[in-house]
Amino acid sequence: MEVARYWRTTRQRYQLVGEVCPNCSGKIFPPRDVCPTCEKEAKTPFAFSGVGEVYSYSTVYQAAAGYEKATPYTVAMIRLAEGPLVSAQLTDIDDKDVAIGMPVEMVTRVLREDGDRGMLVYGYKFRPVMV
Amino acid sequence: MMKASRPVGIVGYGSYVPRYRLPAQEVSQLWTDGNSPVPVREKSVNGIDEDVATMSIEAARNALKRSGVEPQDIGAVWVGSESHPYAVKPTSTIVAEAIGATPYTQAADWQFACKAGTEAFQASIGFVAGGMTRYAMAIGMDAAQGRPGDALEYTAGAGGAAFLVGAADEAIAEVEASLSFVTDTPDFWRRQYEKFPEHAGRFTGEPAYFHHVTSAASKLMSEMGLTSKDFDYFVCHQPNAKFPLKAGEELGFSRDQMKAGMLVNDIGNTYAGSCMIGLTAIMDIAKPGERILVTSFGSGAGSDAFSIRMLRASEPRGAISTRAYVERRKVIDYAMYTRLKGYYKLN
Ligand SMILES: [Zn+2]
Repeated sequence: MEVARYWRTTRQRYQLVGEVCPNCSGKIFPPRDVCPTCEKEAKTPFAFSGVGEVYSYSTVYQAAAGYEKATPYTVAMIRLAEGPLVSAQLTDIDDKDVAIGMPVEMVTRVLREDGDRGMLVYGYKFRPVMV
Repeated sequence: MMKASRPVGIVGYGSYVPRYRLPAQEVSQLWTDGNSPVPVREKSVNGIDEDVATMSIEAARNALKRSGVEPQDIGAVWVGSESHPYAVKPTSTIVAEAIGATPYTQAADWQFACKAGTEAFQASIGFVAGGMTRYAMAIGMDAAQGRPGDALEYTAGAGGAAFLVGAADEAIAEVEASLSFVTDTPDFWRRQYEKFPEHAGRFTGEPAYFHHVTSAASKLMSEMGLTSKDFDYFVCHQPNAKFPLKAGEELGFSRDQMKAGMLVNDIGNTYAGSCMIGLTAIMDIAKPGERILVTSFGSGAGSDAFSIRMLRASEPRGAISTRAYVERRKVIDYAMYTRLKGYYKLN
């Protein structure tokens, strides 16, 4: 990942910070500055709770470059409690135990590393809720 | 003895232990055909996507939940570890960013083998008491490495704890006093660019661990005019199951006083996190008025001792208890351990 892009997206990746629409109160993730519902400008930051549930999922056996160490792993669409759908890896779960509707929570993890000399890329994943 | 000029305490705390457990018997089986006695039952192992930064973030988030403090009011985020993910690039800025404490905050990484966390905690007390900041976050966290087949491989675990320090009048527990005891003792070290640490075998016992732990703890008690009878709990650094019990016994503590904070058989030696996560397990159950003696040990060598008094029972407020992390466990075999540790060369 390019350093400048990594740095610009830190808050959305570490803290799940998106936006809220001042017009219709819709919550937006990832941030895109325009409300997908009413198409008005939406630049107010909004921190999501990190709670959601599995909407759909797929287990990956042939990983993309940089993700080989973790195969097999499950990628899911998560319906956040505040509304938006976000795609992310699941973690701390055996792939056979994943189910649609399963409650999950956001955790910050190492997504990948750019080789032995490159940057460590941190960001959100989701795991089964613990509390 | 060090006593803050203004009463300071723990306004929030949180812990983290990864999900995976390697039974010590697996290590013994592979390297000694099962003939080596095991120093702990099992140890915690971090997942492939976990390191000291991610584990510190989760512990700090738990500490924030318990405290109800706004992250922007935190004036220092300090992470003590001997397994910082980068050789150069602070862990503390990653943690500070993730918990929302940036940009107007102090951030630093601390090192002193296994007592890096308690020295950050001790400095936080001074930082807050001196009025430099309202709150300081001190973290002790490790994802420890042991050379394959070495004695340390049985015990080197992963996990730790975060403490949010603030004024005593809003705290769960007050830090009554502390004391630091250090000497230049080469019992354990890791040179620059080396992957695994070296240790001085049997020398790590008497002149290193026992001398520093008992000296720090007994001096703090005598300076406070207290004895082991005045404490409800004792927790110290736990490199294996035997050492802390022996040190505690020498200091006059019963097994009952030591039980609540003893996690080493369940999670192994979490290095900079060891006595700190033991303290979180105690604070999860301790009652108002109860007193806790905490003593760390870091090779090289030194011990920090703290007398902590509970002011009120802690409320989780959505934070995950240390017991819940300890009980969340997936047992792995040595092959999976090797994979999680990244010892296989894939390309
Ligand atoms: Zn809108």
